[in-house]
Amino acid sequence: MFFKTGTTNKMNRINQKLQENKKLLSIYFSAGYPNLDDTVSIIENLEKNGVDMIEIGLPFSDPLADGPTIQESSTAALKNGMTTEVLFDQLKDIRKTVTIPLIIMGYFNPMLQYGVEAFCKKCQEIGVDGLIIPDLPVDVYNEQYKATFEKYGLINVFLITPQTSNERIHFIDSISNGFIYMVSSASVTGSGSGFGNEQTDYFKRIAELNLNNPQIVGFGIKDHDTFTQATKHAKGAIIGSAFIKHLTQHGAIKIDAFTKSILKA
Amino acid sequence: MTYNINDKGYYGEFGGAYIPEMLYPNVEELRQNYLKIMAEPSFKEEFDQLLKDYVGRPSPLYFAKRLSEKYNTKIYLKREDLNHTGAHKVNNTIGQILMAQRLGKTRIIAETGAGQHGVATATVCALMGMECIVYMGEIDIARQAPNVARMKMLGAKVVPATSGSKTLKDATNEAIRDWINNPVDTHYIIGSVVGPHPYPDMVARFQAVVSEEIKWQLKEKEGTEKPDYVIACVGGGSNAAGAYYHYLEDTDVKLIAVEAAGKGVHSGESAATSVLGKEGIIHGSKTLLMQTKDGQITEPYSISAGLDYPGVGPMHAHLYKTGRAEFVAITDDEAMSSGLELSALEGIIPAIETSHSLAVFEQKTFKPDDIVIVNLSGRGDKDLQNYIDYFKL
Repeated sequence: MFFKTGTTNKMNRINQKLQENKKLLSIYFSAGYPNLDDTVSIIENLEKNGVDMIEIGLPFSDPLADGPTIQESSTAALKNGMTTEVLFDQLKDIRKTVTIPLIIMGYFNPMLQYGVEAFCKKCQEIGVDGLIIPDLPVDVYNEQYKATFEKYGLINVFLITPQTSNERIHFIDSISNGFIYMVSSASVTGSGSGFGNEQTDYFKRIAELNLNNPQIVGFGIKDHDTFTQATKHAKGAIIGSAFIKHLTQHGAIKIDAFTKSILKA
Repeated sequence: MTYNINDKGYYGEFGGAYIPEMLYPNVEELRQNYLKIMAEPSFKEEFDQLLKDYVGRPSPLYFAKRLSEKYNTKIYLKREDLNHTGAHKVNNTIGQILMAQRLGKTRIIAETGAGQHGVATATVCALMGMECIVYMGEIDIARQAPNVARMKMLGAKVVPATSGSKTLKDATNEAIRDWINNPVDTHYIIGSVVGPHPYPDMVARFQAVVSEEIKWQLKEKEGTEKPDYVIACVGGGSNAAGAYYHYLEDTDVKLIAVEAAGKGVHSGESAATSVLGKEGIIHGSKTLLMQTKDGQITEPYSISAGLDYPGVGPMHAHLYKTGRAEFVAITDDEAMSSGLELSALEGIIPAIETSHSLAVFEQKTFKPDDIVIVNLSGRGDKDLQNYIDYFKL
């Protein structure tokens, strides 16, 4: 009976993590890259090396919001044989070794083909805590899928950008129950060269809205400096492309070197 | 039952705007304004004037006597091939460049497959003195060299799309990424009735001039506004949307949509989306698309770059699902031979896309007094090298 369903009986790992009194480092990688079977060891290593939360990328053939680095890693992962089924199979025992929050990030079409409810159910069984689906619009989620996500105790994370109006940010805040993914600038993933005044002003502006959900910054964070800048006003930051570049160069080893360079621990 | 779009941006269950939040402000701005702007008298006046004086509209509705004799029915060709730039595509780019100006945009991006939409976009950008960037698949750049040269002469920058299948789908991805990176000053001129709402509807409305003219032209020639059949090829489906538009709700007029079967529908090298596709999301729209069981979008094939697309616009998905349009698949070989036949019988060399529509007469028998309209969407100049290679001319 206990620890069985949804958010009512048990606090989602994401919410627990967000309550910790520290700035959170979250890492994204494409599942099945560089090798098909690297998924679990990458996750375990990231946790061991002080990462607070992980976005597991479910690769897609046409990732519209992603720059070349994530596109290439997705394409390689698909070539390696990654599918939704394979990913779920790889993750089936993940909760025996990993305790930090896990989020699956992917585009909507593969989930639609798997069946949205079946997908959510599987996530709950495995112990996945949330989803980020950039091309599932807020209104469609709200009308058609919110109840299903909640039934399986999943937190859906929405994006905001510097162009998102305050009115819409408040709406997104009102239907969020974890954190808000704050896209640092108008760009696809993996672009940008550090943060300027424009970003700093934007981070401050959002912080001053006093939203119910904490914000975690993504896009353009690649080293200690950008991590520090991004988390000055936000709860945490997500690194994707920079980590994938590290994987490309070094394979799924030496992850400690990467996380140390970010956290300067 | 309506076959047109509803107020939520769907054709039946197809359509919508499945876009990342980064695109929301742009798409929403367009959604809130497009109908209002299109209804402004000054917009209509400028649009109509340019279609008349610059594009050369109305395009003729031509009774194809020898083709009709051969197939023992009454065949009319709607001569979109005679438009400035050589295809129907310019109807939409004229409309969208005027829209972009009214939205205060200064930079234009577009995707292109065969290059016709790219040329039509580069043309209107030259006309209006606006910066133009066209994304085109690397493979298409190789097989449509004359159109690449035309775009360059017109002052556009042609950027190769090197990801995925390196064709239209990937060019569209790159254009969308550009738009994400340039959210304030840029308007994305989508070339077909695809993409997030309101694009399918907006493009269909700009192309609707085709069926608007067919109605009065046919009335003059046959005493009726209604043909028995309207035939058009469908890649994304913009020429078909324009040719069908004013007949959508009139079920006396039968609609035939012609898809590219490539080397055969089940050969593994095909672009026949209605047969091979399944409901899903592509380029921001819920529609029928070719994909793996796992939801990865697959790479289509057609000899015709303009039909080489793994989806169809949501309007066409709805027309297919409801049975309002009959979908026919035509192979490369069938299309090429029909292209040659039209050239020999009527002195008109069609685009290979359009040749697919003409091949329907070999597959389907019409009654002698049926009035059959074929939307002759483009001319074959750009395809000359393909015709030369294929027929060893």
